[in-house]
Amino acid sequence: MSQPRIRVLVGKPGLDGHDRGAKVIARALRDAGMEVIYSGLHQTPEQIVEAAIQEDVDVIGLSILSGAQMTIFPRVKALLKEQNSEDILLIGGGTIPDEDIEVLIQSGDAEALFTPGTPTGDIVAWIKERLGVDSPPYEHA
Amino acid sequence: MTLSVNQWLGKLLLHDRRAVARLISWVEDNQEQSEIMRTVRAQSGQSLVIGITGPPGVGKSSLVEALTRVYRQSEERVGIVAVDPSSPYSGGAILGDRIRMQAHGTDRDVFIRSMGTRGHLGGVARSTADVLRILEAGGYPRLLLETVGVGQSEIEIMRLADTVVVVLNPGTGDGIQAIKAGIMEVADIFVINKADMPGAERMKNDIEMMLDMNGHGGRAWRPPVILTSVLEGKGLHELIDEIARQQAFLSESGTLIIRRQEQLQREVWQHLEDRLKEAFDSLWPALPTEWLTEGHKDPYQLVDKVWQKMSGHKREGGNT
Ligand SMILES: Nc1nc2c(ncn2[C@@H]2O[C@H](COP(=O)(O)OP(=O)(O)OP(=O)(O)O)[C@@H](O)[C@H]2O)c(=O)[nH]1
Ligand SMILES: [Mg+2]
Repeated sequence: MSQPRIRVLVGKPGLDGHDRGAKVIARALRDAGMEVIYSGLHQTPEQIVEAAIQEDVDVIGLSILSGAQMTIFPRVKALLKEQNSEDILLIGGGTIPDEDIEVLIQSGDAEALFTPGTPTGDIVAWIKERLGVDSPPYEHA
Repeated sequence: MTLSVNQWLGKLLLHDRRAVARLISWVEDNQEQSEIMRTVRAQSGQSLVIGITGPPGVGKSSLVEALTRVYRQSEERVGIVAVDPSSPYSGGAILGDRIRMQAHGTDRDVFIRSMGTRGHLGGVARSTADVLRILEAGGYPRLLLETVGVGQSEIEIMRLADTVVVVLNPGTGDGIQAIKAGIMEVADIFVINKADMPGAERMKNDIEMMLDMNGHGGRAWRPPVILTSVLEGKGLHELIDEIARQQAFLSESGTLIIRRQEQLQREVWQHLEDRLKEAFDSLWPALPTEWLTEGHKDPYQLVDKVWQKMSGHKREGGNT
């Protein structure tokens, strides 16, 4: 019996049109053996949460550059609660000021927030540790 | 929330979306698979699967999105499985087909599930057939499958899809590739998408000519060739009509029964192969070392010995 494979939804809410950061993270997670559902630009919190449920992900990672973090994280968290899906970890990254990070972590609206320049390996390590599983080694069919 | 498999199965039959999602993960991860599928298969199998295949970037996801929109107009609940390749190095994957389907992102009557191939060849994953049936049992009877963008569609799609839609683009040489790769034999419907670009009519004629020449593989069903443009919203209703016509043909001609038997055979073989591999992998290290030292010179002789051990009796002729 194989170990469950880690699945992560990488979403890009908001209006800004850059998804380079999100793509770098997506690739790093893939290279760490995870399955990354990449849902593209301009996602609404509703779309993000519905996708996370259908895709049965362990983690939602939001990339935010638009400054909308203080509305988006609480909104996504609230929708997850509404859907009985609080077991999905909510993390994020992007240009988020330190004081906002503190507020969001304190309130529990995000489990972890990574600032630009965080080595991708740290994010991989954080996810694996929090889930207490290792992505299984590749098994050839 | 920790529920047992049976509780999740109960919820599945009540069309609970979370149950659909969770049971799919288990089957993909090879956990409780046979128990789950025993219940699911008893409650599914009526729906015909529309498989969309073709080279990378031809517009498979865009077509799935567009077809879904039409089916939603008639209130059909749509289950979509979209497969992307897993990395052969890490086993991870970036699954990006969903990007093009966001129009249905919050429609509770559409369920979209992305899958990595996880080492399986042929444009789908090992458990894709099971996943489709979980969607059906979970209340999504209109089933759409998007395969990996494969240059050459493999026969594997026939194991899963009742209607194989092969998508090509004009002016790309796709047509010739398709003929070479044997796509002609698996296609139930040809779609030339991006017909807003030049060369679509010519490509249609080429394919029709090929179908004339080889007598469409000796099959009673002649695959129609349809021009579509998702960009301009053209040809989609014609495609829907042809899908309906082909599915009616399958049922009325009795072809469906034969096709389902072939699908079953392939599925049983796939699972049997898995078991054989497991049995072999655990047997191999336990073989007497003399066997291996003398065996490496003559693998065929060793095959006979190993086969005897695995099957518990001597092989009786045949070539398997
Ligand atoms: N001009 C034109 N472009 C189209 C049409 N349909 C899709 N496209 C574009 O073709 C590109 C690829 O579309 P997808 O639907 O992602 O193609 P796909 O076959 O699913 O791609 P893979 O899953 O990566 O193999 C996108 O940029 C679409 O906007 C069409 O009818 N006309
Ligand atoms: Mg696609």
